Amino acid sequence: MTAPAIATGTGAAPSSAAPLLVEMKNIRIAFGGVHAVNDVSIDLRAGEVVGLVGGNGAGKSTLIRALSGAHPPDTGEILIDGKPVTIANPRDAKAYGIETIYQTLALADNIDAAGNVFLGRELTSRIGQLDDAAMESATRKVLGRLNPRFQNFKVPVKSLSGGQRQSVAIARAVHFNARILIMDEPTAALGPAETAQVRELVKQLKAEGIGIFLISHDIHDVFDLSDRISVMLHGRLVGTVNKDDVTTDEVLAMIIIGKLPTEVSQTELAELHH
Amino acid sequence: MAEVTAGPSPSPSIAVEPPRRSSVTSLLAKTEIDTRLFGMIIALAIIWLGFDILSGGNFITPRNLWNLSVQSSSTAIMATGMVLIIVSRNIDLSIGSMLGLIGYMMAMAQSDWIPHALGLGFEQPYTWIVVLLFGIAIGAALGAFQGALVSYGGIPAFIVTLGGLLIWRGLIFRFAQGQTLSPLDTTFQMLGGGTVGTRVGALGDVLSWALGILGCVAIVYTLIAGRRRRRRYDFPLRPMWAEVLLGTVGCGIVLGAIWVLNSYPLPPLVAAQYAKEHGIVVPPGGLNIAIGVAIPVLILIGVAVVMTIVATRRRFGRYVYAIGGNPDAAELGGINTRRTVMLTFSLMGILVAISAAIETARLNAAVTGLGVQAELDVIAAAVIGGTSFSGGIGTIIGAVLGAFVMQSLRSGMLLLNVDSPMQDVVVGVVLVAAVGLDAYLRRRSGR
Repeated sequence: MTAPAIATGTGAAPSSAAPLLVEMKNIRIAFGGVHAVNDVSIDLRAGEVVGLVGGNGAGKSTLIRALSGAHPPDTGEILIDGKPVTIANPRDAKAYGIETIYQTLALADNIDAAGNVFLGRELTSRIGQLDDAAMESATRKVLGRLNPRFQNFKVPVKSLSGGQRQSVAIARAVHFNARILIMDEPTAALGPAETAQVRELVKQLKAEGIGIFLISHDIHDVFDLSDRISVMLHGRLVGTVNKDDVTTDEVLAMIIIGKLPTEVSQTELAELHH
Repeated sequence: MAEVTAGPSPSPSIAVEPPRRSSVTSLLAKTEIDTRLFGMIIALAIIWLGFDILSGGNFITPRNLWNLSVQSSSTAIMATGMVLIIVSRNIDLSIGSMLGLIGYMMAMAQSDWIPHALGLGFEQPYTWIVVLLFGIAIGAALGAFQGALVSYGGIPAFIVTLGGLLIWRGLIFRFAQGQTLSPLDTTFQMLGGGTVGTRVGALGDVLSWALGILGCVAIVYTLIAGRRRRRRYDFPLRPMWAEVLLGTVGCGIVLGAIWVLNSYPLPPLVAAQYAKEHGIVVPPGGLNIAIGVAIPVLILIGVAVVMTIVATRRRFGRYVYAIGGNPDAAELGGINTRRTVMLTFSLMGILVAISAAIETARLNAAVTGLGVQAELDVIAAAVIGGTSFSGGIGTIIGAVLGAFVMQSLRSGMLLLNVDSPMQDVVVGVVLVAAVGLDAYLRRRSGR
């Protein structure tokens, strides 16, 4: 177990028998003199959902961007299947089967849905011509499952609704047989029905043995979907807990005052609700 | 592929009542013609008709349109490259100076280096192609160098190419010492579309018609192949009448253009000389030998086809547009954005070299002022053609039409004896008005 010593209940998780898929050890990322991520270690197993929570500026997105190749860490180690790897850019991450749904969605607004789903991995004919028809066909299939009402395949994604854009971003991540999925606020732009679909999707992918890091502001989302929850505060890891061992109040205490369930007092828990 | 079944099974497509549209809009929608492209063609037609009326029928003549086609080619060729540069949110101000420098070096190569330094002599059959490839290599290298400074060096493209504008022009003056290099290789001169003795830098009527028929075959093939592909994937097909209309109009435009260019005959003196050399008896009404499609126009057609394929059918083009649409998304999508941007500048350099060959060949000389302010014409052509400075938007065919609009304005005003300063005023007004109209229409359509 590579989680910090303060982590609790490592033996109780149903997935603890599964091999470790990702280990991020002692990751540090600084911008100028500010430590956005300071000596954080987290890990993920196959078929497991690890929720990553914390307030604004806690360093969740920055930490996860190190794994997706968007911003390599200053120091620290990343292991995939137990082997140390270097992830210098998004291409490296994708080569290891790491797919990311970014909070910003990272869509090219001037390009249509299929162009975005296959961005950087276009299908081509033998002579290297883009096979737009094949890409659109595949995109229709994957989006048909995610969002059956999606019909606008010929327009730039700029003219789509927030939920449709989110569907495109999710389609891009799940289409390429990801082993490790990073979802940064995947339901932020969605209505209740679409949010429910994403929750179903997370459960489906988990059942297929994909490991998922789920970043969310919504503590209920996280509780509903996660096996373990890692909490960050001011760039540091407060701790990683098994979802079944804690209450939402205890996790809130970790998020807000940075104390583990074993350290927090009843009065402090009570004060959270004021 | 991951089996991702989320929520209910896909329902049949929900029929949405289409909004009421005017008949033109609905025609454009059914034929899937780009409204902006359609607008540009209409604008060009209005400009031509207007000048023709104002000049008393002197604008829409084979002679004027032939000249227009040759005069537009060099700008249009470079504008196709400028589209990709601007689409990726960059700019290249150096192309006028680069055109001058490359033109000068190509002239040096054929008038000095090949005949003297290498001792191979003048007028070799291979001179023109060696010189052209030499120029293209220089263009690719200079472009890649500037592109590397932009993408790997992190220096804004405006600054790098402003420096290039000064540096390349300075180098011409430094080495040319005010000298004009002339004459050039006679075969090389054909690249400019001019006439040397009885040799003409054009295809003549038979080959021009052959080119037109080839164009029609390509149009029909593209329509059929596209329809087949759509059917294979069960995508909605265009109505058959729309396909036929597109094919007919497309072929009509191509063959009409060839007919116009073939209606411009060789000047009588050249024709008489030609007849003498080829033992042709001159009929009483004078000899009518068609010039046909000029070589610069042929090159432009080739460049436009290749660049359209590069922009729309290749990964490279897709990446250029993605970078312009959202640079972060392109990077996160795993695209090598720096290399892509560098290559757009290198490609621009290659096109500059081709234009440099055309311009020096047409002048039959390399002069120190060659290409001064060409960058402004080229940028204006791209922008009038619908390329957006906010990035990610622009088409090759639009830029080519933009170059024709610019040249039509200049040539039409010349016919009307509008002086050069006033021409600049009008072109400036049209440029700003065109972009303003475009911005207004975009806002209104919400795209």
